Formats: sequence, C-alpha cells, structure tokens
Amino acid sequence: MKPLQNTKYIVLFGEVLGTAFLLYLGFLFLKTWEGSKLLMVAVAILWGVGSVAALFFVLNSVGETLPARAKTIVLPVIFAGPAIAILFWYLVLPTVRTLTLSFFNDTGTVFVGFKNYANTFTDGIILESMQNNLLWLVFGTSGSVGLGLLIAVLADKSRYEKVFKALIFLPMAISFVGAGVIWKFIYAYKGEGFNIVEIGLLNAIITSFGLPAQAWLQIPFWNNILLIIIMIWLQTGYAMVILSSAIKGIPSSLIEAARVDGAGAFKIFFRIMIPYIMGTIVAVSTTIVIFSLKLFDIVRVMTGGNFGTNVVANEFYLRQFTQGRTGEASALAILLLVAVVPVLIYNLRQFQGRKAFK
Amino acid sequence: MATVELKNICKVYDGGVRAVDNANITVNDQEFVVLVGPSGCGKTTTLRMIAGLEDITDGELYIDGKIVNDVPPKDRDIAMVFQNYALYPHMTVYDNMAFGLKIRKYPKQEIEGRVKEAAQILDIEELLERKPKALSGGQRQRVAVGRAIVRKPKVFLFDEPLSNLDAKLRVQMRAEISGLHTRLQATMVYVTHDQVEAMTMADKIVVMKGGIIQQIGSPLTLYNEPTNRFVAGFIGSPPMNFMTVKIVEEGGKYYAVENDFRIQVSGRYSEAIKNYANKEVIFGIRPEDLKYLDKEEKDAIPTSVEVIEPLGAETHLYVSTKKHQMIARIAPDVPLHVGDTIHFKPDFSKVLFFEIDSEKVIPFD
Repeated sequence: MKPLQNTKYIVLFGEVLGTAFLLYLGFLFLKTWEGSKLLMVAVAILWGVGSVAALFFVLNSVGETLPARAKTIVLPVIFAGPAIAILFWYLVLPTVRTLTLSFFNDTGTVFVGFKNYANTFTDGIILESMQNNLLWLVFGTSGSVGLGLLIAVLADKSRYEKVFKALIFLPMAISFVGAGVIWKFIYAYKGEGFNIVEIGLLNAIITSFGLPAQAWLQIPFWNNILLIIIMIWLQTGYAMVILSSAIKGIPSSLIEAARVDGAGAFKIFFRIMIPYIMGTIVAVSTTIVIFSLKLFDIVRVMTGGNFGTNVVANEFYLRQFTQGRTGEASALAILLLVAVVPVLIYNLRQFQGRKAFK
Repeated sequence: MATVELKNICKVYDGGVRAVDNANITVNDQEFVVLVGPSGCGKTTTLRMIAGLEDITDGELYIDGKIVNDVPPKDRDIAMVFQNYALYPHMTVYDNMAFGLKIRKYPKQEIEGRVKEAAQILDIEELLERKPKALSGGQRQRVAVGRAIVRKPKVFLFDEPLSNLDAKLRVQMRAEISGLHTRLQATMVYVTHDQVEAMTMADKIVVMKGGIIQQIGSPLTLYNEPTNRFVAGFIGSPPMNFMTVKIVEEGGKYYAVENDFRIQVSGRYSEAIKNYANKEVIFGIRPEDLKYLDKEEKDAIPTSVEVIEPLGAETHLYVSTKKHQMIARIAPDVPLHVGDTIHFKPDFSKVLFFEIDSEKVIPFD
C-alpha cells in the first residue's frame, strides 16, 4: 500500500505544480504579449475560465485525499473560498478602509476622531440632503409600492393584463441615467425671451391651458417630488410584478369564502388580500427603501443636486471626487451604510419568514 | 330556514362548454340534498351558482321564493364550506368564525356568544386562539363548518367538504354533519363525488352526469328504481353488474341469452320483456342479488372465479363469463379458489333491463 500512496501524492504534487506553472505562463503571456488583440482576448478568456476550473479540480483532488473528518471542513473552504476571498477583497476591505478614512483628514494622514461626523451633522447642505433622502424614502417607496399594488390588483384577471403589465414594467429596462434624459424632455424649460420655444412636455400641456411655462426643476420642494416621480416610474414595474405574483398566489376559494361571508370588494382587498400578501409588500418596500437611500443617478443627471434637490449619495460624490474631501465623504458613505443595514437585516428576516402561511 | 329552487338553470362557459344543462331541482325547507356525480358532471358548478359565485347563463334561481339570479353572494344569506376549507390564514380560529358576523356589524357580545356556541357544538373550543396553520385537516374542517354555522344562514352549501380527509375521519365527519343537520334543522345542499356519502347523508339525491340531471330521488329510490344504466351503476358499492344479452322466445317463454348461458326471464319482467324479442338489451343485477349455487342448475350463470376479496362479514367475488365481468357478494364461509367454476342464479324480483341504445330502464309491471 505504501508505495502506491506515495505515487498518488507524487502525482498530486505534479498536478499542483503543473497547474501553477500553466497559470503563471498564461499570466506572463497576457502581460507581455503585444501582437494580435484578438488572440489576447481569446487567451484571456481561456486562461480565466480554464484556470478557475483547473484550480477547483486540483484543489478538490487534494482535498479528496484527506481523512473524512478533515474533508468536511476543507472541501467547503476550497469551493466557497475563492468567492469569499473576492467578496472580502472587493466589499469588506473597502468598507473597513472607508471606515478608517472617515476618522482621518482629507489626505488620510491625520487622525481627527469624530470631527468628520460632527461636520456632517452640522453642515446645512448635508442636513438638507438627509431631509431630501427622507422625502425619497417616504414618497418614493409608498408611491412605487402603492401604485404597483394598485396596478397589480386592477390588471389582475383583466383581458389585457399582459399588455398593461408589460407597459408598466418596461421602464425597469431603462437605466436611471437614460430615464433622466427622457424626463429632462418632459420637465424641460428654455427660459423666457425672444424666439424661445418650449420643448418640454409638461410645459406644452401647461401652456396649452394658457398658463405660463415653468422651470419645473427649480421650484422648491416640488422639484424633489418631480424627481421622485421618475423613480416611481422606474420602480412601480418592479413592485407590480412581485406583488402581482403574490396576488395570484392567493387561493381563489379564500376570496370566494370572503364573498360568501358578506365582504365587498374593499373589505376583501383590505382584510383578506393585503394581510395575505403582507410579507411580500414588506419585502418589496424594504428593497425600494434601500434603493431610495442609495439614490444617486437621477439627482446627478437632472439637477446635479442644485435647487435644493441634493441627496446624501450625491453630496458624497461631490465631496469625494469634485472637492477631494475624502474624510467627510467617507463619513457620509458610512452613514449611508448604517442607515441601510437595519433595513437590509429586516428584509432578509422577511425572506426567511416567508413560509409563515404555509 | 328556506327553500331553494332551480328552474331550467343552464351554465354555458365562454368557450361554449355547457357545464349545466336545464337543471330543475327543488330543495325543500330543512331538507338535506346531495348533488352527486363523477368529476366534471356540473355538480360543483350548480352549487356555485346557488352560492352566487358563478353567473347563471339561463334559467331562474329562487331562494326562499325570491329570484336571486342577480343578487351577489353576500346578500343571499347563504354559507358555504369549501373543499380546501378556505380558512383565512392570518386570522385566528375565533376571527375566522367571527369574520362574517363582524362584516355584517353584529354587536360584539352576540358575535362572541355565537362563536362560543358553534365552537362548543363542534368541540373546537380549545382551538379558538390558534391560527389555521397550527390545525390538523380534521380541525380545519370543523372550523370551516363552524364559520358557516355561526352565520345562521338560510341555506348551507357544502362543496366536497370531506374529500381532503383520511378515510376514518371522513366517516366520522359524515356522521357529524348529518347530526348537525338534524340539530340545526337547516336547509343544506351538499356536493360530493362519493356515492356512499350521498346515500348515507341525503334526504334527496340528485345524480348528475355531463351537466345533465339523471335522476332525483331518495337514496333507496335511486338504489331500487334507477331510471337509467348510469344511475344504476353509479349508486351502490360494489356497483351493479351489466351484461349485454339477447332476448330469445322459445315456446312462449322468453330467455336472456349470452354465449355461456341461457336463463329464463321470470318475475316482474315476464310481460314487459315480450316487446324485446330478438333484440339485444342490457341485463343489470346487483352483486347481492346473485345467488350462489353449490351445484349446476337450470337458469344459472356459469362463471369462473378471478379475484376473492374476503371482507369478514361478507366476501366479494370477481367472476366472469367469457364475455362479461361481474361482482358477487356471498357469505364469508364458502370455500372457493381462484379458477373455480361456480354458478349464480339471478334474483328476478330485482333484475333490471335497460334499452341498449338509450340505456334507459325498461319499465316492468
């Protein structure tokens, strides 16, 4: 037995060395090659996918030689390890780094304690941004979920349900920046003056009633709402699709039992359907809440945070990349993270608790 | 309490499918009527039309003498027990039962009184604070019944309420629902595909097939005087045996002739069968009306034994002539083996003949 085992280990060792050598060779090639780009791409794909497969294969065959008890520990590490490592490298490490930076000055050289945090909580712009985020959270979430629910219920069992739902869902396919461009045309305002023609849809409607054109995105408070409407336009489809499937999951006999019991359409909706799909409503809401807390693109594209429409993520962007105030920007990022985490945890709990009615 | 009357009720679905065709049923006050038939026969559709959950395409539906075709379910004063119970999962048992009363804005004390009373009748008092998911199938069934009885409706509707229960519980609940009917003195319409349930519970049975009512009558009327082959075969377990035979006249006597046997038609059909000389008819005989003979006799049917099912109190024999299969019920102590050739003599006071095309029973004297 002994010699056989030895040869096995020698073969394994050879495998490991061979794989390492091949990987290094590929790496060298990619690093130094200056010929055809096409060949480079092909090799890169082959090398990338192949090396991952080879790595798993070799590590697995090494793991298989271990005794049973060690195997149950080592094998999961081998398979989940790379993913965890990548997650750690790209997610955990930056988070920790951001946390550290938030306690330092803008160049990351002098420890300043909680000064950055103190600044953020006293800075008028940031306080305004937080207020606006709250608007997004409340109106954006309730708008998307409410409208999504309404459409899901109204479209349910209608003859053109698929058409309606497809139309409502369509904006989901558009990026926030793309949506921003589209809505810029809706809210467009050219100003007053000789030979200026309004091209905005909203102004076209307004002026057709004989009212003066408005600079929509500069009206205090309401400009926030107008921006939130864009998110609602984008997110209603998501809410609708999920809620619609939940509504379709309600057993029809339950609704019929309620009808026989004497409930009208409203009572059935509020006392049977809503409680039945409450888990889904909460899950959708929390997802959109997280979304609205992180919101950045719409504001960036439409107003750049001017006219009192700033949000925390945009302010973070400005401080980090325009003003170079790394410490404060990091503090803002951490604040956002802290705000999102409880919602995230609640959301995960909800997903786990979805079996409640089963 | 109330009466229910269906007059020429039809249900045609969008695709043109006639689910119920010209149904005429009268449910008298305090009567227990069972709609029975194989799946797809339109029995549940009929019940749902009575409940108002399904539109009536044609005909009139009266509850308590008033036409209710266009009255929504909530205003019909009916209660329904669903096949899958349809309990509200987010409410406790108490709230499930109280829901209908709360919707109708009954005073709180009365609601409590009624729920407690119903819970007592159904023996579910200790379950009132539980949610449906924490209940067993039988308990859910009781809650569903409880939800119906707290309402004290004019009419109770049951849609195959026992089909999700195991065999033992089904027998128990069957008796309980019968008991409930006696106790509440209520008008009840009950749908089932199980003819045993129909026979044991009903005052009146409505047998349906393919959307058409085949026969309406008391359990024993249906058993003894079925109007056609379908009813004869559907009611009774094990079912009636059917054989295609030819009626042959010989010297003034009439015989039912199959390949393997030739038996003289006697008893109640002696006269009526004369019109069918030289024609094929269907010969129907119930398993208990086949008399087992321990030796060959005149006018007997020779068969070979295929399966023996000893049930203790009696034995079911699956036997066959070369052309037909039959089931016979015999005493448990007859020593028999598979493959034995045995003879049966049909009891001609019970035999039924059916026309071969229409499958209608041939009237006897």
